[in-house]
Amino acid sequence: MCTTCGCGVGDTRVDGKALPDAGGQSAEGPSAESSSAESSSDGDPPGSNQASPKGAGNNPAASYRALAADGRARPTAHGFAHSHRHGETHTHAGGAPAEKAGTSTGHARLVQVEEDILSANNAFAAANRRHFAEHGIFALNLVSSPGSGKTTLLCRTIEALRATLPIAVIEGDQQTSRDAERIRASGVRAVQINTGKGCHLDAHMVGHACDDLQPDEDSLLLIENVGNLVCPAAFDLGEAHKVVILSVTEGDDKPLKYPAMFHAASLMLLNKVDLLPYVDFNVELAVDYARRVNPALQVVALSATSGEGFAAWLDWLQTASRQQQAGKRATIAALQQRISELEAQLAQHARS
Amino acid sequence: MHEMSLAMSVIDIVENAARAGNFRRVSTVWLEIGQLSAVEPEAMRFCFAAAARGTLADGAQLQIIEVNGRGLCFNCGETVPLAALYDPCPACGGYPVQATGGTEMRVKELEVE
Repeated sequence: MCTTCGCGVGDTRVDGKALPDAGGQSAEGPSAESSSAESSSDGDPPGSNQASPKGAGNNPAASYRALAADGRARPTAHGFAHSHRHGETHTHAGGAPAEKAGTSTGHARLVQVEEDILSANNAFAAANRRHFAEHGIFALNLVSSPGSGKTTLLCRTIEALRATLPIAVIEGDQQTSRDAERIRASGVRAVQINTGKGCHLDAHMVGHACDDLQPDEDSLLLIENVGNLVCPAAFDLGEAHKVVILSVTEGDDKPLKYPAMFHAASLMLLNKVDLLPYVDFNVELAVDYARRVNPALQVVALSATSGEGFAAWLDWLQTASRQQQAGKRATIAALQQRISELEAQLAQHARS
Repeated sequence: MHEMSLAMSVIDIVENAARAGNFRRVSTVWLEIGQLSAVEPEAMRFCFAAAARGTLADGAQLQIIEVNGRGLCFNCGETVPLAALYDPCPACGGYPVQATGGTEMRVKELEVE
């Protein structure tokens, strides 16, 4: 954990429980365990149907689960018991670092690494994404500055869709579980991640939150990131899309001032449009600025309070959710087709 | 200040490379940071020094190789240099320009003992 700028991982909590270190000192570092004996001995691939954690004594994921506050049994079948096996997925480009012929004085030498700084986080994100695809879970990463109305938007969305679509929510905030409590009051399951002093969610935290939450098959998973228009842009959580929420009380030039977030998002929700008569906000200009940064950005203008424009957002959600579910069914159908082909082949061999 | 988590990831990558390459000290770390990436080089330097404390990279020099941004202009169709995600096309002055390069954040090379 960083004690200098405060952006560390040591204080991270999922529903009040301490998060195991992803490896080494970083939340994005499954790599640090890649060569440790414990992690490689527990080598079930993510997604294996492991009924109970083995080696609970030295498996950080297992001891984390044992700390579950409400005492619910948590099977790890969902494949999120991932973190401490991720070492296998994490390799340096070309295995051992290549050494350059030209070395400098004494024992000094140059080692080529060529590795993306976010590679560890990206490996966790890929595991999350694979899991979501396998289970038809449509996951969205909702990002915005604090106070843009994310939680109110979520509550209204849940109210509108919960009868037709199973929904689960991961709430990210530095402190308190107020948001998760608000969401639970709306009748769906929610897990709160407290990042402590951290300024964004990362894929490792989300994997563990999913372990707790166990989103339903073919469900909608809404991940509300820490209110911050800067840092969450860089961290893939395994979501299908980042959705950026900009409220009209924030100013129409935010896409230019914080371009990275608008660049990373697929959809912009322009919230609080019911307040347009009272604020100096030019909708066309805001959309134009946002599309300068991200030409492919889709935009929906709405109000989570009055409900204006909400139908377009719900349509977008339902269409995209159905696509995710259809993707899962197509994969299963292709696998079943392959199994019958192989069985037919096998039967032919048995006859001959 | 996500640079701190990025700096800690850099240290993790360096420590893994040390295990694989069998070295115990790192004197220089070269990073490749794109102009359009989400990294502020000065913040990265500050955080790297803090994250490296007590590790095999303690006191190591951080060399940041800045990679220029590039983009494809939707207006004139040219691939052009791009200094910021919201900049107009330097060739035709039009919008939008889709970033196509300069978003990387990589640990490139280490000088080790």
